Amino acid sequence: MAHEIAHGHGAEATSTGLHHRKVLMWTFLASDCLFFGSLIATYMAYRGRSLAPPHPAEIFDIPYTSVSAFVLLMSSLTMVLALHALQHGRIRNFRIWLTATALLGLVFVGGQAYEFTTFVEEGLTPSVNLFGSTFYTLTGFHGAHVTVGVLWLLSIVVYSFVKPFDPAVHSLDVEIAGLYWHFVDIVWIVIFTVVYLIPTPVPH
Amino acid sequence: MPDMARERPHPGPATYVWIAVVLAIITAAEVATFYVQGPLGPVLIPLLLGLSAAKFVMVVGFYMHLKFDSSLFTAFFVSGLTVAATIIVAFILLFLGQQV
Repeated sequence: MAHEIAHGHGAEATSTGLHHRKVLMWTFLASDCLFFGSLIATYMAYRGRSLAPPHPAEIFDIPYTSVSAFVLLMSSLTMVLALHALQHGRIRNFRIWLTATALLGLVFVGGQAYEFTTFVEEGLTPSVNLFGSTFYTLTGFHGAHVTVGVLWLLSIVVYSFVKPFDPAVHSLDVEIAGLYWHFVDIVWIVIFTVVYLIPTPVPH
Repeated sequence: MPDMARERPHPGPATYVWIAVVLAIITAAEVATFYVQGPLGPVLIPLLLGLSAAKFVMVVGFYMHLKFDSSLFTAFFVSGLTVAATIIVAFILLFLGQQV
């Protein structure tokens, strides 16, 4: 049973009965947990220790960021629907859902670029205080991850048009891309709470 | 290791949509706490962390299929997550009460 799963769709034989590439992606995601864990830890360690303004409460626009968070959350739904459509041989639906996912990702990245621009205009640069340094490092690396994800998803959409695209062969490729995409979503779930929603004390 | 590789069927679109609705409701609740911080007092931070953890688990369990896929994937991910959480807690404890 287990080996049928790994051998299905032309996959390689493995000692665990699991796809090597899927194991690789989960291992990578585990290592990326450490990466973002370090960045979040640094943000938390310096939280509320900026002596110079601007401070988070003066600059954050919670309704705006909430919409961005909602957009990224819904992109996880469209991603899993794209995978489900492909696994059931519905190529047209797959392309629609995957394109929607990439577009939602673009909306998120565009929103973040606008947010960063606004913050810089209001005086929050990466070097102005500890909050600026840790905030831009953490959210900037997350934005870079989303950007990579958007490019990955768009490349799959393009590939599905220009090359023979067999759901039985390529569903694993999409599942792996989906794992990466959902991961950037769960990282934002944590960042949204830790950075934006939990009130930061202002030093006196 | 056949037990580790055992996988169960993934849910369908109806389940995925229901999960999205619940995620949206939790997000709305999180944002609502921003406007009622005063009355929540010391409960605010544990509440926000709890809501965030609920969303995290739902996405990982249902959208990333860890609830249905091999337990080996869960072991890989949870090991990384545990080390990351340890790093965060260790940093917070190290810097607690220190002046920069």
